[in-house]
Amino acid sequence: MTSVSVIDELKKAQILELLKQGKRIDGRTLDEPRKLKIETNAIPKANGSARVYLGDTEVICGVKIQPDRPFPDSGDKGLFICTAELLPLSHPTVETGPPQPPVIELARVTDRGIRESHMIDVSQLVIQKDKSVIGVFADVVVVDQDGNLFDACSYAATAALLTSKTPTWKMVDDSPSIVEGGEKQLPVNTIPVSVTMGKIGNYIVVDPNGDESESMDARVTITTDSNGNICALQKGGSDGFTQEEIIQCSELSVKVGAKIREQLKLAQQENR
Amino acid sequence: MGGRDANMVLLDKNGIRCDGRKVDEPRRIMIRAGGLKNADGSAYIEFGDNKILVGVFGPRDVHPKHMSNTDTGILRVRYHMEPFSVGERKNPAPSRREIEISKVIKEALEPAVMLEKFPRTAVDVFIEVLQADGGTRCAALTAASVALADAGIPMRDMVAAIAAGKVADTVILDVNNEEDQAGQADMPIGYMPSLKKITLLQLDGVLTPEEFKKCVDVGVKGCELVYELQKKALHDKYFGNRGD
Repeated sequence: MTSVSVIDELKKAQILELLKQGKRIDGRTLDEPRKLKIETNAIPKANGSARVYLGDTEVICGVKIQPDRPFPDSGDKGLFICTAELLPLSHPTVETGPPQPPVIELARVTDRGIRESHMIDVSQLVIQKDKSVIGVFADVVVVDQDGNLFDACSYAATAALLTSKTPTWKMVDDSPSIVEGGEKQLPVNTIPVSVTMGKIGNYIVVDPNGDESESMDARVTITTDSNGNICALQKGGSDGFTQEEIIQCSELSVKVGAKIREQLKLAQQENR
Repeated sequence: MGGRDANMVLLDKNGIRCDGRKVDEPRRIMIRAGGLKNADGSAYIEFGDNKILVGVFGPRDVHPKHMSNTDTGILRVRYHMEPFSVGERKNPAPSRREIEISKVIKEALEPAVMLEKFPRTAVDVFIEVLQADGGTRCAALTAASVALADAGIPMRDMVAAIAAGKVADTVILDVNNEEDQAGQADMPIGYMPSLKKITLLQLDGVLTPEEFKKCVDVGVKGCELVYELQKKALHDKYFGNRGD
């Protein structure tokens, strides 16, 4: 009946003991992410969508594209907003009500990775300068949790955006009106991929699962773009990384990210 | 919710509806019991173009404590729509409509769940509408019953639900979104077929007393149909060989 997410000391000790032998509790190597499964067009009513399974973590992203007012200081750019939310059915410890700090961090890190990579070419999303622009909303919901929500949310949002189609609007009588048959792919510059690594003792593991997340001392999420450049980073957890460890993490994020990017491209092609 | 056509024919002269169904024909219904790893019980339903996920937790401790009841357990239901579930993006915060639906679904489930066996505890039912297309409360209630059963919570019966309604002066079963928007009446019904009790009933629209009787009758028959699918979903999970 009680359902607090407390990992036993025994399991924690076991995770550490296995790492000393170069092994992980679920049999992966240290730099190996879990199996990633991407289903695009999961929500046909959205302009783009994806259901992503990263191991037993499951998230859904739906993209809605609609006319909006531009921000006063950037009338020549469309809007891109990404949110992330934990659904209360995803874990017994999730409570309804205003989001807690970890969830706010999750949403902001997911948004930042995509925004800072300039994935969406917002300059192409203008209907009339300073008056009306296209807003792209990527809402991600976590359906089932088993660690590393950061990457699952990022992959779902990216896959949904890659397969999104936007209508075309033109101004008629000072208000945007849909142009029939004007549907086209969302303008995309690059494919950002986030890779989260956990630090357990002195070991760095890629894509920590639920048990590993409970026992890790620190965490870092690094997003890379299609050119292999690093475009966003977030460190979390109550321990630090040495300089060498951070460099190791950045190299891992490029290497692991490249493979995941291929999978995202494949999902995009299959959707066409 | 997408292209609503003012001149749409809701019922043609052959008695065929705007989506090709006959007057007494429900939409395609697929129910799956289970599926979520962390929830104590769960269910997923596709009811036409509705896609709804339900997770159940409990019986478990009540927070905040003052909500607990020393005589019985309590049922808490949250019905929530995702921002991408409808045509125009929905604000993720709960609306007045969602709060009302949460309440009617809770009151529809309460007669079915043996809460008195679990004093001082709560059973939480979380309903997430991933895609909406008319009739979400019925689909949600149907799936919530399966999720409660999947959680192993003692129940007197399952509640099956479907809407009856009226378009073009004709009583129909399972009102879709277009029929709800442009039709004459929409009457969601939740019914416990073994106990023969109606636990949810709402009505929007005008019906004559005869039409009302017919709507209830059509709705109850529809619920009996849905009930078979609920039982099949549980049977498939616990006695089938689907391997999940």
